[in-house]
Amino acid sequence: MITMALTFAFACFGLGLVLNLWRIATGPDSADRILALDTMVINIIALLILYGIWQGTAVYYEASMLVAMVGFVSTVAYCRFVLRGDIIE
Amino acid sequence: METSIIIEGVIAFFLVIAGIFGIVGSFGMIKLTETMQRLHAPTKATTLGVGGVLIASMLYFFLVKGDFSFHELMITLFLFLTAPISAHFIAKTYMQANTRPTDLPETGGDYGWSIYDDPPVRSDTPE
Repeated sequence: MITMALTFAFACFGLGLVLNLWRIATGPDSADRILALDTMVINIIALLILYGIWQGTAVYYEASMLVAMVGFVSTVAYCRFVLRGDIIE
Repeated sequence: METSIIIEGVIAFFLVIAGIFGIVGSFGMIKLTETMQRLHAPTKATTLGVGGVLIASMLYFFLVKGDFSFHELMITLFLFLTAPISAHFIAKTYMQANTRPTDLPETGGDYGWSIYDDPPVRSDTPE
């Protein structure tokens, strides 16, 4: 039962990644693209944790924690660059 | 290690709920028409989906594998703290490009809106 639910969750988050990629390709504004990239990072965190459950190891927590931190910093840096033309004033 | 059907059912329930919330959040990004509307879907639904995955992972490693860890709670706390900040910055980015200062009401303070004006300089700040 867990295997079937894992497969379902993998399919959902993978399809979500494709939809985010569609928004990155067609987004009319740079805010849309930043938002789609941020959502992609969150979906990838979910995929990493699901893969950790699938493999039964706790190694992927550290990887998902690092991806979460890098994703947040990159989102803020991209927004700062668009807003002020500079990241650290 | 043999696990009962109830434990498996609970973990599978959280995984399915998380997958549904994740796909709703990402589908809302292409379904909604305005950028400010699109801001709602990923920041709320997808974050809740990841929270469901983390709860399922914590239950799996605690009930099936037998070791309890706080890593998932750390990731959940970090995501729930950073999602509003990211949404705030993205909204400011959109407003800076698409909203004119004349469309906004007065701030009611000594300084203007932070996305158009420079930050105020305190007189007692050491140079």
